[in-house]
Amino acid sequence: MTETHGLGAGTGPDGLDARLVVDRGTFHLDVALTVAPGEVVALLGPNGAGKTTALRALAGLTPLTGGHLRLDGATLERTPPESRPVGVVFQDYLLFPHLTALDNVAFGPRCQGASKTEARAQAAQWLDRLGLADHTGAKPRRLSGGQAQRVALARALATRPRLLLLDEPLAALDARTRLEVRTQLRRHLAEFEAVAVLVTHDPLDAMVLADRLVVVEHGEVVQEGSPSDIARHPRTDYIAQLVGLNLHRGHADGHTVRLETGPAITTAEVLSGPVFVAFPPSAITLHRGRPTGSSARNVWRCEVAGLETHGDQIRAALTGDLPLAADLTTVAAAELDLHPGAEVWATVKATQTHAYPV
Amino acid sequence: MTSTAKPDAATGTLRGGPRRRRVRAGGGRGAPLPLLVPALIGLAFLVVPLVALLVRAPWRSMPEQLTSAEVWQALRLSLICATAATAVSLVIGVPLAWLLARVEFRGRGLVRALVTLPLVLPPVVGGVALLTSLGRNGIVGKWLDSWFGVTLPFTTAGVVVAEAFVAMPFLVISVEGTLRAADPRYEEAATTLGASRFTAFRRVTLPLIAPGIAAGAVLAWARALGEFGATITFAGNFPGRTQTMPLAVYLALQSDPEAAIALSLVLLAVSIAVLAGLRDRWMTAG
Repeated sequence: MTETHGLGAGTGPDGLDARLVVDRGTFHLDVALTVAPGEVVALLGPNGAGKTTALRALAGLTPLTGGHLRLDGATLERTPPESRPVGVVFQDYLLFPHLTALDNVAFGPRCQGASKTEARAQAAQWLDRLGLADHTGAKPRRLSGGQAQRVALARALATRPRLLLLDEPLAALDARTRLEVRTQLRRHLAEFEAVAVLVTHDPLDAMVLADRLVVVEHGEVVQEGSPSDIARHPRTDYIAQLVGLNLHRGHADGHTVRLETGPAITTAEVLSGPVFVAFPPSAITLHRGRPTGSSARNVWRCEVAGLETHGDQIRAALTGDLPLAADLTTVAAAELDLHPGAEVWATVKATQTHAYPV
Repeated sequence: MTSTAKPDAATGTLRGGPRRRRVRAGGGRGAPLPLLVPALIGLAFLVVPLVALLVRAPWRSMPEQLTSAEVWQALRLSLICATAATAVSLVIGVPLAWLLARVEFRGRGLVRALVTLPLVLPPVVGGVALLTSLGRNGIVGKWLDSWFGVTLPFTTAGVVVAEAFVAMPFLVISVEGTLRAADPRYEEAATTLGASRFTAFRRVTLPLIAPGIAAGAVLAWARALGEFGATITFAGNFPGRTQTMPLAVYLALQSDPEAAIALSLVLLAVSIAVLAGLRDRWMTAG
């Protein structure tokens, strides 16, 4: 096998430099990932996008069919999982049910050659650091979801990994615990000095926990950047939906963006060439008849495709001139007599749109 | 063995309702005769022979029957050989079950079929097969004899071999089923913590499947204890050396039927004990 030199040569030997290629019949994964020590990267994407496969490839549980994997300068793609300096927090934690919390955490140090006493002493320290000193003797089934999550984190950290992988770390928790654990996890990840990669389909988890997001769809990276950049400038429908924006792609000429499907959007920005236009569902005003006195520059005729409650608002899915999501109050929805199939007119002020080059 | 209150309560409530309804249906409209008659014949067919054993048991001479040296010798040999055969089955059967459950290889279906063959093979055929393989002139036994001076046929070790051959498939099938039901990702979690595949098996998988192994071992032990055909074919019938309880029963039947019944009762008692031991696992299942 020939050594391939990654494009991320500028990051130096430390940290993670990987191109993960996994071919499995109809599914093809090709994800490049460069992460500096101390950085937390979230792989964000819909179910079936290949995030977990990427994570398993990093851990060595799924073999690579191509690409490369270097961690702190060492080539790892042929190293078996037990010899990789990698720690994994699994989605449902996979704490060994027959071992106490202490012995779960001591398992890694024991495998690395520590004596039983030594391993247990180290494990006790980790559990103490994660605020679990009172639960060392508990079997996993006696732990709450949040506690189990922290034991799993302690177990992964106890092997002193250079790469920490977290698979949907908060997915197994109920909403209330989730909030608390997310905050704690953020603190622990901030303290972690090596590379951390987490996989999630929840944009909030990704944005709170990670310094950088890598969005994966259909086995490839579609966008990466800081959470705020991605939230403001989504580049795919999936991301736009995640961050709650209407997203359209078209060709700009001054204040006008002509969409590939025909209609035009008037924007505040002056641009030329291919652009994205994004605006929040709350920027849309709906009317039952063609609006006459409106100052809004964008007026489209639409049909209501569906309605659902969204917090204390109603979200209307619209089809017609262009697909839209519009938010309105329950009162407004009642006054407009909205129902699936109803014809409506949607208006958006140019100042509430945001256009940016592709 | 302690059974938790929960499953008992569950089966209790499940049974309570339908049973009352069934009784009413039986008393009111009557169960259809084409089903009821064969069902009762089937029940009698299974129960009457056992009752007959108890009825014809020589209760008065029982104490002296069961304390005779021959009986103790046969019982002791049976227990030792069945336990040794179970131990052999555990040592080589559990890894075989792991291989079948966890490693994908070509011809796995064929291997599984070969493993289960002794389950359906007439035990006498098993004994003949063992003679042709491990006998003094067998294809393997020949070398065992000339290289190591080991001969298996007509020895106590031969009894263990014959019993293990017949009983091990029960263990393998049981353990493989448990392994398939166990989550293989625990092994993956162990390897990410630095455990080799063997360490992961020893420290994680083995404790997780222990109940399945125990059940398989009990099954194998019970099968080994009752083994007759393969044993008499491969190991012969020498009192004190290869004469186990079933062989003793058969022999006694020809000279002293009362002794045969007494010995049978001992084996029946052991069977009931095994069933009681497995009760929590089987009776409450489903």
